[in-house]
This record gives sequence, structure tokens and C-alpha cells, in this order.
Amino acid sequence: MLDTEFEILSNKLIAKNTWELVLRGDARGIAPGQFVNLKLPGFYLRRPLSVCDFDAGSLTLIYKAVGHGTEALAALPVGTALDVLTGLGNGYDTGPSGPRPLLIGGGAGVPPLYALAKALLRESKTPSVILGFNTAGEVFYREEFRALGLEPAVTTADGSCGVRGFVTDAMDVPYTYFYTCGPEPMLKAVYQKSVTSGQFSLEERMGCGFGACMGCTCKTKTGHKRICKDGPVLTKEELAW
Amino acid sequence: MVNTQVTLSGLVLDNPVIPASGAFGYGYEFAEIYDINCLGSFSFKGTTREPRFGNTPPRIAETASGMLNAVGLQNPGIDKVISEELPKLRRVFHKPVVANISGFSLDEYAQVCERIDKEEGVGLIEVNISCPNVHCGGMSFGTSPESAAEVTRAVKAVTTKPVYMKLSPNVTDIAAIARACEDAGADGISLINTLMGMRIDLKKRRPLLGNTTGGLSGPAVFPVALRMVWQVYEAVRIPIIGMGGIAGAEDVIEMMLAGAAAVEVGAANLVDPLASKKIVDELPRVMERLGIEKLTDIIGGAHHG
Repeated sequence: MLDTEFEILSNKLIAKNTWELVLRGDARGIAPGQFVNLKLPGFYLRRPLSVCDFDAGSLTLIYKAVGHGTEALAALPVGTALDVLTGLGNGYDTGPSGPRPLLIGGGAGVPPLYALAKALLRESKTPSVILGFNTAGEVFYREEFRALGLEPAVTTADGSCGVRGFVTDAMDVPYTYFYTCGPEPMLKAVYQKSVTSGQFSLEERMGCGFGACMGCTCKTKTGHKRICKDGPVLTKEELAW
Repeated sequence: MVNTQVTLSGLVLDNPVIPASGAFGYGYEFAEIYDINCLGSFSFKGTTREPRFGNTPPRIAETASGMLNAVGLQNPGIDKVISEELPKLRRVFHKPVVANISGFSLDEYAQVCERIDKEEGVGLIEVNISCPNVHCGGMSFGTSPESAAEVTRAVKAVTTKPVYMKLSPNVTDIAAIARACEDAGADGISLINTLMGMRIDLKKRRPLLGNTTGGLSGPAVFPVALRMVWQVYEAVRIPIIGMGGIAGAEDVIEMMLAGAAAVEVGAANLVDPLASKKIVDELPRVMERLGIEKLTDIIGGAHHG
């Protein structure tokens, strides 16, 4: 964990209610699947956001403007300084991926899979990608994945883009392992449909975001886990679903 | 050079800043980012006889200038706290710690306190009779003078270290409860625990917290806490640890002027992991600015003259 000041380089709408925030600052020590916790002016608790992309001097986050906090974040102009706790949570473990891991993202769960895809490619692995959304207007980052040389399968619930249906309707491909992030009903469906082991990135309302308050604990097969500190990534074997 | 030292029932602290139970775990998350030995002490996560998962999530909700929590005393139980957490804690914190203990019966309070009393490194026992987030226990002991006195007597009978009773603000006459604890042998009083509150999710039209209600903390509660410390100071002669919404060194001074001999810092640690350290660092400068040479000189100072 590092408490750092970042500056907003850009903050733009990239799909319906979906914003891409690029920050400049010390982004060392961040790993794919980890999250950061933003202090917003006028709000008491921080806002935890998963890391979409990073290099030594910048950080990309994607968020949905769904409440007062994220709406206020969307209104912050370029140049605003933000107090950010970085390097939070365990992140994805690329060790067990095998040569052909499957990445499955739904809606606001897509961003952490982008940094993961880049890490897997650096390890000379060949990820397949499924991105699920409700409707065409919500689709984002398809081009960014393409730019990595990957061709994501897109599903939309209303069929307005890609395959009509859910991410599970695109899972009939060969894979050696999987990584997923998205809304809980989607994660549970992936859990049921998956034929290999895998890792799930979970979400819960948090107090501190660094393991002190026990606000986000969940029950697993291997004991009580704090989503913020022992997670947000849990393995299929740990989940008591 | 100002003097920040304070004393709680013979226990000398370098400064009055004590991170509060439930906001500081067992210390080591914070020890990752600063040397927590700069603190006066800290009060570790409320411990019960049995391991507890706590309440169904969501357990956290934001409010104006504060937050609600309904964690519900999640802890690994006294056996594991003694065998696993305390050894780890001692590696990162070398001063006497405040042991925060909770229970669901007089027997449980007595048993757990008797065991923690024997632990090296425990300087003071803080008995939580005020948790608003558990049922059939916790706060119910802290809402009448009689039951507060019963817990005090049960714990005092089996312990040698100073016993501070942590009181609930969710009562009509906090002074009467503090007096009952003093009469029953308490060495000091800690207050306040959180104020019971709730939020409703507008889209779902249901309570936001899994437990329906939670405990309010943060700057929103500071004036209430200050008022209660003031009232208790007028009612008892034993030391008071004041807490509730403290966010800076000026709040520490204000709380001590109301009657606190030391303070605890809770929610502030969750939004800024360096909050307690910043208060410790800021305190001498604020004392100098206010012309305070010795911190103990100002305890209850606002009551006189």
C-alpha cells in the first residue's frame, strides 16, 4: 500500500455512464487485479476502483457513474489532484494460467482484465477474451483489446452487438484456466459453466480498503476473507457457491 | 519543548493518541506504512470468547461527515487472538496495548478478561459494553447502570490490570452509567462507542446495511462525544478516554479540555491510514500555538474558572 497524490490527465466518457480516468503519478508496485482507493473532495469514504492499466508514471481506471460519488468524480476537470491509496488487494496470479487462459469480463468488471491480458501476453501466453454488456451503447475497450492483438468475443443481453446473450454463451472455446470479473450473478454463472479452475475478482462495500475494518468480509471454504486484503481475487476452489 | 505524556491508571503513554478498537485491526496493516510505535498505544479489534464472522454484508455505508458500520464484532476468538494475533502484534508494536473485550454473558466477559489479563504487553483492558451491532449482548449491558455495574464487578474480580468500561452513547443518562461503573470498581471510562443509525437504499427501498442498523462514527459524532465526555467528567473521578469523530490534533485538545485524559481515534484511520500518525506529529505544534506546555494540565480545563 502506498499513499500517493495523482493528477488527472484525462477523464472522459467512453460508453454509456462509463468513464475512463487517466492519472499521472507514482504507479510503481501495482499488479493486475489490484485496486486503488480514491479520496474525493466532499465525500467521507474513499472510492475503490480496479486498475485497468498502468505504467511507472500513469494509471488508467474505468468507472461507472452510478451514484453521487462517481458522478462527482466524472465532473472533476483535468489537472485536479487526487489522494490515492495504491497497490491494494492481492491481484490475479498468472502462475496457474497455462498456455491458453480465458478472460471473462462483464460491464464494469472488464477493466482489470485488460491489465491482466497485457501481463499474460508478456508471459507469452495466448489469452482468449469474452466481454459481456447489456447493450451496444455500453460496450467499451473492444478496440483496446484488439490493439493488443486479441479479438474479444462480445456478448450483449439484447443482441445489439456481438452474440445475443451472456458471457456464458461464448464460453464454448478451449481454455486451460480462466480469470473473471463482473456482477455476482455473472460470476456465479461462470462458476457453474466453467470446466477448469480459475480466479474470480469480487466486489463488496468497503470501509478502509486495506484490511483494517473487516467491513467487506465474506465466508469462503478456507475461512473468512476480507475482499479488500485477502481478495479481491479468490480462486474457484475457495468460493462457497 | 512541550510535554505530551499522559497517564492512565499508572500506565504512562508518550502521547494521548490511541487508535480505537475496530479501526486498527491488530496493528500490522498500519505497520506496513509507518512505525506504529509513535502512538501512545492502540486498542485492538474487539475480542470475544468464540470466533465470530459478524453480520451479513453490506456492513458499511457512507453518511455526511461519517460512516455507518455493522461489522458485528468479527474476530477470531480469544484462543487465536492469544496464540496468533498477539505474537504478531508484539513484533510491530513494543508498547503496552489496550485489549478490547466483548461478551454475550457475564461469564464470557469474566473468562475472556481473565485470560487477556495474563498476557504480556496488555497494559489496559477496555470492556466493550456498547456494541450496537450484535444482538443479545454488547450494548444491552451498557444501557442500564445495574447491568454495567454487574459486568464491571465480574471483570474486576478476575483481573489485575486497569479496567476501562467502554460506554454506549445510545442512552438517556450516560453520567449515571459511568457512576455505576466507578462505584463497581472500574479504573476508567472509555466513551463513546458509535451512535445507532441507518440508511435506506433508494432504488431497492430496503435498508442499506445487512443488519438494518449500524453505528455512526466520524466527524459527524464529535460534538455528541464531546458533550458526553463533559458530562461524565462531572460525574466521576476516574480517568476518561474520550473518542468519537476525532480527526486532528485540535480535536484532541478539545476532547481533553472536556475531561479526557487520553483519546481514541477511530474512523479517521480508515479514510487516511496515516491519520493517527499525523495527529501525533501535529500535536506538539498545536500545543505550542495554544500555549500548552504540559498536556496533563488541560484535562477538564474547560470546566474550571
